[in-house]
Amino acid sequence: MTIPALRVRPSKPGAGVARPGQMAVRAFQSWLVNYRRTWRGSIYSSVLMPVLYLGAMGLGLGTLVNKHGTAGLGGVSYLVFLAPGLMAATAMQTAVGESLYPVYTAVKWQQTYQAAAATPLKPGDIFRGHLLFTTMRLAMNMTIFLVIMSAFGSVRSAWVVAALPAAVLTGLAFAAPLDAFAVTRKNNDQAFNIIFRFGMIPLFLFSGTFFPVTQLPGWVRPLAYVTPLWHGVALCRALSLGSADLVGSLGHLAYLTAIVILGLLAGERAYRRRLHV
Amino acid sequence: MPDPDVLIRARGLTKRFGQFTAVDGIDFELRRGEAFGFLGPNGAGKSSTMRMIGCVSPPSGGELSILGLDPVIDGSAIRARLGVVPQEDTLDVELTVRENLLVYGRYFGLARAVIADRTSRLLDFVQLSERADDHVEPLSGGMKRRLTIARSLINEPEVLILDEPTTGLDPQARHVVWDRLFRLKQQGVTLILTTHYMDEAEQLCDRLVVMDGGKIAAEGSPRELIETYSSREVLELRFSTFEHDQAADKLAAVPAERTEVLADRVLLYVADGDSAMAAVRGLGLEPLTSLVRRSTLEDVFLKLTGRRLEDG
Repeated sequence: MTIPALRVRPSKPGAGVARPGQMAVRAFQSWLVNYRRTWRGSIYSSVLMPVLYLGAMGLGLGTLVNKHGTAGLGGVSYLVFLAPGLMAATAMQTAVGESLYPVYTAVKWQQTYQAAAATPLKPGDIFRGHLLFTTMRLAMNMTIFLVIMSAFGSVRSAWVVAALPAAVLTGLAFAAPLDAFAVTRKNNDQAFNIIFRFGMIPLFLFSGTFFPVTQLPGWVRPLAYVTPLWHGVALCRALSLGSADLVGSLGHLAYLTAIVILGLLAGERAYRRRLHV
Repeated sequence: MPDPDVLIRARGLTKRFGQFTAVDGIDFELRRGEAFGFLGPNGAGKSSTMRMIGCVSPPSGGELSILGLDPVIDGSAIRARLGVVPQEDTLDVELTVRENLLVYGRYFGLARAVIADRTSRLLDFVQLSERADDHVEPLSGGMKRRLTIARSLINEPEVLILDEPTTGLDPQARHVVWDRLFRLKQQGVTLILTTHYMDEAEQLCDRLVVMDGGKIAAEGSPRELIETYSSREVLELRFSTFEHDQAADKLAAVPAERTEVLADRVLLYVADGDSAMAAVRGLGLEPLTSLVRRSTLEDVFLKLTGRRLEDG
């Protein structure tokens, strides 16, 4: 058997090293290669979930709600009220789905993060590459959501187009901190179930997605106001209804951006401490 | 002017985790083209040393220079020129063999055409060409290991770092891996590896250090170490359990460079095993089994540390 000659030569200094942005793109590409295998299934569920929710809640439950008057909803039908809120909530779900278990799998079960850390990539590149992929998934799901909610006739303003980046930002406000958290986990993933049950589900139900936060008891409301999802819901809804005012929208944007930035800083640190021990 | 053939140089290299000192001030040099080994039991500090060399673990003290660069400042640039075979395979088991190399090659910024070309050569080399488009998940342990070796070569590294390259493999798979590593060595690849198998160290390493408790106990070629720290031959005797202690006492009368009484055997370090055996019989002792063999690195380790490699 002939053995192919393996070239082993000194490489040029600096070979294989690039600017941080390009390094993150290399990490991002590894997620793309994986996604090539699973994208079809993910598209089906991205289409099915909004159709089910908008159909059952928006149209079905909405018929009952609308009979009692829609003043509390700002004078629009329940479907029109619900759709943009659900859009932001879907962004949150997508983000959680792309961060907790995928990060834990990459750092614990498969150790593909450790494989990447042995290359020129720095831990921060690996983190931002993953986040880049999450951003792409968010953009895909939000585009699909937008098309479906338009098909349901639940859009009142062309400003709804701006709800797309707003929803992506909302998703990132969850993904960045949750990546930072998940990468620190060493032994069990019970914490993830707690996040799902006592974090995500209450947020999904009480952040103004299904009914205005003003319906909540006064003492609970401030709790809703500090959650990123409420800001995302309020922003997407204002844009979809065409009722957005500059100051309010900028406030929501600033809040969500601040959380994303904190998440980026926390993630950079958490990934370094886990991968460069 | 530093010697350009010294690829890695460590002085007083130390790694601490809290109160625990994993690597306790070790000195070594790796020269271009050599196969250099760290032999020691589990917990000796071998993996911690490899992780510092791989620039994924900042040293806690001492000096470390890799390819003339400082790992703390130039970690990325150094890693770009290293190949790493970690203890765990860290393959993406949901991808195919070929896709694993593609993803890894992209981490180094290699063009797809370059990766494709190297992939076919490397898979030939590790005898996985026929599995190129199969998923990694169902591959055997030996195949996964070979794929990890192929992956580590995708960037044509100047130094190949292998942490316990055959741990967990069955003997046959181990021999295939040794054969591939030996060929790499013959092609001039610089290897640095850890192992707790003395036969692996003897077969692959030009030079090695014996590591124990975070420190280097001895350094040299396998032959030098055996000549310095052991006798030419070893007579291994096994007695029945109730005779063991008594026999061990009597054996002190046999002229030997050194005698080791283990739980299940007695080892006599002698120049000539057969004449030592005659002396044992002359004392009226009749062991259940007796074996004359040449000294190995295992004996060196036993002499240096008082323990066996597998004891950990």
